[in-house]
Amino acid sequence: MIRLERRPAPSRAWAWATPLLAVLATMVAGGLLFAFLGKDPLLVIRTIFWDPILGEFAFYYRGQLLVKAGPLVLIAIGLSLGFRAGVWNIGAEGQYIMGAICGAAVGLAFYPLEARWLIFPMMVLAGGLGGFLWAMIPGILRTRFNTNEILVSLLLVYVAEQILAWMALGPLRSPDGAGFPGSRNLRHYDAAANHELIAGSGMHWGVVAAFIAVILGHVLLSRHILGFNIRLAGASPRAARFAGVNPGLLVLTCLGMSGALAGFAGLFEVAGPAGQINIDFNVGYGFTAIIVAFLGRLHPVGILLAGFLMALTYIGGEAAQATLGVPAAAIQAFQGMLLFFLLALDVMTNYRVRFDVRARA
Amino acid sequence: MRRDAGGDGAGRVSTPLLEVQGLRKAYPGVVANDDVSFSARRGEVHALLGENGAGKSTLVKTVYGLLRPDEGRMKLDGRVYAPASPHDARQAGVAMVFQHFSLFEALDVAENVALGMEVPPPMRELATRIRDVSETYGLPLDPNRLVGTLSAGERQRVEIIRCLLQDPQVLIMDEPTSVLTPQEVAILFETLKRLRAEGKLILYISHKLEEIRALCDWATILRHGKVTGSCDPRQKSARELAETMVGSELALPAARTQDPGEVALSIAGLTATSGAAFGTELKGISLDVRRGEILGIGGVAGNGQDELLAVLSGESRSPPESVLLGDLPIGSFGPNERRALGVLAAPEERLGHATAPDMSLVENAALSGRRRMGMVRRGFVNWSKARTHAESVIERFDVRVPGAGSVARSLSGGNLQKFVIGREILQQPDVLVVNQPTWGLDAAAAAAIRQSLLDLASQGAAVIVISQDLDELMEISTRFSALNEGRLSKPRDTAGLTLEEIGLMLGGAHDLEIGLAASRPGRAVEAGEPVP
Repeated sequence: MIRLERRPAPSRAWAWATPLLAVLATMVAGGLLFAFLGKDPLLVIRTIFWDPILGEFAFYYRGQLLVKAGPLVLIAIGLSLGFRAGVWNIGAEGQYIMGAICGAAVGLAFYPLEARWLIFPMMVLAGGLGGFLWAMIPGILRTRFNTNEILVSLLLVYVAEQILAWMALGPLRSPDGAGFPGSRNLRHYDAAANHELIAGSGMHWGVVAAFIAVILGHVLLSRHILGFNIRLAGASPRAARFAGVNPGLLVLTCLGMSGALAGFAGLFEVAGPAGQINIDFNVGYGFTAIIVAFLGRLHPVGILLAGFLMALTYIGGEAAQATLGVPAAAIQAFQGMLLFFLLALDVMTNYRVRFDVRARA
Repeated sequence: MRRDAGGDGAGRVSTPLLEVQGLRKAYPGVVANDDVSFSARRGEVHALLGENGAGKSTLVKTVYGLLRPDEGRMKLDGRVYAPASPHDARQAGVAMVFQHFSLFEALDVAENVALGMEVPPPMRELATRIRDVSETYGLPLDPNRLVGTLSAGERQRVEIIRCLLQDPQVLIMDEPTSVLTPQEVAILFETLKRLRAEGKLILYISHKLEEIRALCDWATILRHGKVTGSCDPRQKSARELAETMVGSELALPAARTQDPGEVALSIAGLTATSGAAFGTELKGISLDVRRGEILGIGGVAGNGQDELLAVLSGESRSPPESVLLGDLPIGSFGPNERRALGVLAAPEERLGHATAPDMSLVENAALSGRRRMGMVRRGFVNWSKARTHAESVIERFDVRVPGAGSVARSLSGGNLQKFVIGREILQQPDVLVVNQPTWGLDAAAAAAIRQSLLDLASQGAAVIVISQDLDELMEISTRFSALNEGRLSKPRDTAGLTLEEIGLMLGGAHDLEIGLAASRPGRAVEAGEPVP
């Protein structure tokens, strides 16, 4: 008989080994899936994991890697703070959208004024504020009325999508757009554009912000009392109360921080790679960031690595769709497997497997 | 005290229905039942009386087949009785009404009853039978009502009727009055008397003396897992019962000669509701504790201990003036503001309240010591100071761990408790409040902790020890008081207290309230039983 036995203390070795094993297991299971679809599994996996970095067209993909990883990491760092404290913000996608709308609206309001020193910083602030305020809705509802922040934040994503569509068709629609939906393209407005900092690298202010967030997140969690309170509240809510942590305030802080970071990510995206507010602006970064946060063990450095891995599967997945004709759904299933295997293998951190040769008398 | 076969005062001559001989059940670190023997007859309400942790629940769970004894045997109606499961017990005619009900609120009474039956009859027939039983035994209950709309007493009736439909010979009732109103208690007692008249045996668990004197024909008294006596409770005074329950070996302290210091902390007329689901409301609590003394607060668990600790630690806020530190009103202060002023606390629950189980001892040292030990500057934690604090606790209090980096849950109960108490004592508190400081510890660890509390008091700190262990409180406390149903008896000097007075303070019949206790339902929830 096989049984799981709780370890006296969590295993550090397993905590670091599970993400790697999860990636390996995903490759094996994904390879089987691709084989069933009649594709050469080794070729598909090489296209996803190898070609974007070292393949023939890597010069194009490498830039895309930073562009995709930036918002994922930025959002995931914010989410991980809440997840550490047991505050489940599932609605980063909505906060991302609201950050983009608020930031873009500020930029567009100044059009065509050329004062980048003023306009771009204000857009960044507005973006963060938009995400922050949108996250305060589930926060205040939870602390005041004890609603479930998972449901409220998730449902607010769909509200934000409606607001996005309204903005793209109404208030923010480009006057020069011949009636097509979508705002002016901010990339064509230098005072508000979030350009690449080094041509071809994919490096823009959002990626810089993501790196800063990784460093600040790490310092916060390991050295700051707020980080300690966050970890304490997640580990043991009663002990946190005994330590003098105000649970309501902590919920608001965590939701506020994750909302603001998601808002920043939205602003940098709309002013840079996306360029405009449009109906199809959001592509699911806010949801994928949840996977990134867990794949990175809710640890800032882990999230950085996980963000790049996830970006890789996106880019490689698109390449596999384009060149090998792998269905998009298969790529999504492949990404989903990653989280599944991670959570499944996670058990090993706190438990060990015992094989009982004979049942004990 | 033990009855000879068929020779007791009530003149019952039938053979015992239930015989228990030499029952023993041990859990790691505690012997819950040790050589327990008793016998009970048909037509008897037989009380199992004892304090929390005395082993009553373990005993009846063994009778009901939920636990298997390590040693000893039982006989039911003269035949060997060794139930492997509650199913076997029910087949043999033993039924039990638990303290906490297992009912589905969204289903009606009849459906709930059907769920508990091996082979339920058709619903219409079942409803008729429920009506019959409820009329026969004076338990008004409509089989079609939704359980969600029933009061606690009515829910208990559902459980009782569920048992009675099986036509049991033995009915076990675990603290049945703890959730009932006085009127419901009266109805329940009538029912139990009818069952007795029909020749059933009722095993009745309680620690309420007046209740047992009013209802029961015979009492077996347990203390620390052993039978300490048996008697006809109607022939004994509450005082005598309390003495047997508390234990005659209780060492009463000699007069203490130290001078009491000034009042360090006081509470006046504090009433507080509990946030917890089965919490106890604190009612008009008044106390003061002086420098250099240990105020011992006894009482059975669930009578407001956790709530009192929360009010003192600052986890529950109260009106500012209701808690005074010297002259300073601190009722509205949170835990860290109180710590800054020197009021520290150590909760009962070692893992999950006093410490975070998965965090290291260094982190757990910062949990309560951050403020007083200067571990935080400008919002940043000085982890080397936290480590130093943790290491000095480990060294001074003989905490046996590989190092300060060990996670709290890897420590044994005794070692963790030494850490929890030492963590507060090394912060040099002016007032220290501890709840159950030695619960579940071996004698050596418990003695070390008691000594450290005595040392702290002798250095001029005011100490409040909330404990269920009377021996402990008699050993270390200067003054003694008891919590009962959220009320605190007036503190008395421990020196010169008689067993009678202690028993009455504890048993819910403190001071002049003996007469009232019988009619007033308790809200005691047994939480401290040594169940694994």
